[in-house]
Amino acid sequence: MIVDTLVFIVAAVIVLGGALGVVTNNNPVRAALSLVASLFGVAVLFVIKEAHFLAFVQVVVYAGAVVVLFLFVIMLLGVDRAENLSVEPLVGQRAAGVAVAGLIGLFVLGGLFLSGGTTDEAGDVALTGQRAITQPINDDEPDVNQLADDLFTRNVLAFEATALLLTIATVGAVVLVRNRGAEDLVVDEPGQAAR
Amino acid sequence: MEAIDLGDIDAWYLILSAALFTIGLGGLLTRRNPLVMFMCVELMLNAVNITFVTFSTALDDLAGQTAVFFVLVVAAAEVVVGLSIVVAVLRRRPDMTADDLTTLRG
Repeated sequence: MIVDTLVFIVAAVIVLGGALGVVTNNNPVRAALSLVASLFGVAVLFVIKEAHFLAFVQVVVYAGAVVVLFLFVIMLLGVDRAENLSVEPLVGQRAAGVAVAGLIGLFVLGGLFLSGGTTDEAGDVALTGQRAITQPINDDEPDVNQLADDLFTRNVLAFEATALLLTIATVGAVVLVRNRGAEDLVVDEPGQAAR
Repeated sequence: MEAIDLGDIDAWYLILSAALFTIGLGGLLTRRNPLVMFMCVELMLNAVNITFVTFSTALDDLAGQTAVFFVLVVAAAEVVVGLSIVVAVLRRRPDMTADDLTTLRG
C-alpha cells in the first residue's frame, strides 16, 4: 500500500507538471512533449488501479498516436515558432479565464466533498455511489478478457457505432484537408495579400 | 452524509483529477493557439478518464473501464477531425489564432 502511495505521488507530480507545461509553454512543440509526460503519468495511474489494458491503450493511442499527430501537424505547417505570450491581445482574457476555470474547479471539488461516502457490509468505504452488482470486477481474470466480454456482449451496439464514427472521422479528415487546387484559394482574405 | 476521508488514497485520485481538469480548462480559456487549445481539451478528457477508472476500482464495477475505452475512441476521432480543421485553416493563414476564427466561412 505504501508503494501504491509513493507511485501515486510521483505520477501525480508528473501529470500536473506536464499539464502546467502544456498550458504555460510558449512553443507548441514543447507543449506537445509536456502533453506526453502528462498522458504517460495518467497511464501509470491506470496501472496502479489495475486497469492494465487501458494503461496500454493510453500509451499507444494517446502518448503515441495522438501526440505524434499533433507534432506532425505542427511540423507540417511550420508553426513550431515560439509565441509571444507577454502581450495579451484581449485585455483581461487571462484573468477572466483563470477565474472561470478556478470557479468551476471549486465547484468540482465542492461536489466531490459534499457527495459523501457509502460503506458496504464489509465496512469498506467507497467514495460515493453504490457497489456494482451487475458486472463486478473479477480479480482472477485478466482485465482484457473482462473488458472484451463487456464490449462484445452488453455494449456491442455502441462498439459498432464507434467503428462507424471512426470511418466518418477518417472520411471527414480527407475531405477537409484535400487540396482542391489553387483556383479555390480566396485572395480577398486579409492574411492572404502577401502571396 | 459523511464527508470524504482524505486518508483514503482514492479521494486524492479525484482531487488530482479535478486539478487536472481545472488546469486544462484554464489553458483552454487563456491560450489562443488552436493546437495548444486542443491539447488542453485532451487534458480535460484525461482528467475524466482518471475519475472513471478510480470509481471503477472503488465501486468494483467494470462499466467505468468500458466508458474510458469509449472516451479514448471518441477522443481519437475528435483529434483527427479537429486537427484537419486546424490544418485547413492554417494552410491559408499561417499565423492564425483562435481570435481570427470569428467567421467560419469557406
